[in-house]
Amino acid sequence: MNLTVNGKPATIAEETTLSITQLLETLQVEQREYVTVELNGDILDRGDFEGATVKDGDTIEFLYFMGGGR
Amino acid sequence: MKLTEEQINRYSRHILLKEVGGKGQRKLINGRVLIIGAGGLGSPIALYLAAAGIGTIGIADADEVDLSNLQRQVIHTTPDVGKAKVLSAKEKMLAINPEANVVTYQTWVNADNIKEMIADYDFVIDGTDNFAAKFLINDACVLGGKPYSHGGILQFDGQTLTVTPGESPCYRCIFPEPPPKDAIPTCSSAGVIGVLPGIIGTLQATEAIKYLLGVGDLLHGRLLTYSALRMRFREVPVKKNPNCPICGEHPTITEVKDELDAMTVCDLGH
Repeated sequence: MNLTVNGKPATIAEETTLSITQLLETLQVEQREYVTVELNGDILDRGDFEGATVKDGDTIEFLYFMGGGR
Repeated sequence: MKLTEEQINRYSRHILLKEVGGKGQRKLINGRVLIIGAGGLGSPIALYLAAAGIGTIGIADADEVDLSNLQRQVIHTTPDVGKAKVLSAKEKMLAINPEANVVTYQTWVNADNIKEMIADYDFVIDGTDNFAAKFLINDACVLGGKPYSHGGILQFDGQTLTVTPGESPCYRCIFPEPPPKDAIPTCSSAGVIGVLPGIIGTLQATEAIKYLLGVGDLLHGRLLTYSALRMRFREVPVKKNPNCPICGEHPTITEVKDELDAMTVCDLGH
């Protein structure tokens, strides 16, 4: 399936659907335990990562903690 | 209040802008902005806000200038090493603009002092370096109805978001809870390219100035991310999160509290 991940096209081998947990694994996303996931404009609850699925054409953003400033 | 001849001269490049003019400059002179953190982000913010003629600028930081700060904290100089950061910052701000009323708070923000501290200001800027403070500032500003600018940096990347409570998504809409202590590198271990806080801090100062002027579009509902390595800015649209623990439909946070789990040793001073 074809997705847009952080603004860039990404092709995943899976043909049908994939849970967010699987997607994080497949894409080897950094800080997997803490990253915020936005699916088609909606921030997902961490508890929904198993249940929520991505499908062809979806837009996903991974938002990372940045705690520095000084 | 009429601008003096000296003020008209000092702020002439502002006054020439139709979005500012004499009227806008007077808004800046009457404006009150609190900067929390006098380090990497706080340095350009404090310098530019003083130069812009913001009448009252609060600056809060308990730390003292260290030699390792000077690679990026451009408001401090080599002879300042060992001096309180807020005092070092105040000296430079007054050197740029003796008219500025600079209020210093030589303390870390915490649940006991933040409410009173932000109450005196029109706009607050987060220039802190730890999640405990970042979440505390978000919570105090949301609960106090105070607009503020979030800023965060790490290595070569930065992000910023402007929050107007009630109108736009807050930091917790994106990140509901702080990460566990030491889970995300925040301090001296991870490193930061020295120019990075200059970029993000200057964006934050711009938001404060626009807010006071009432012009343009604030960075509402858009997390602006910056990668210095790729030299790319990206905007990620974010919506108010109905499940946000502080500004959602059923808030669970109704008063400010210290996020003790998010504090690391370096956050607690030396």
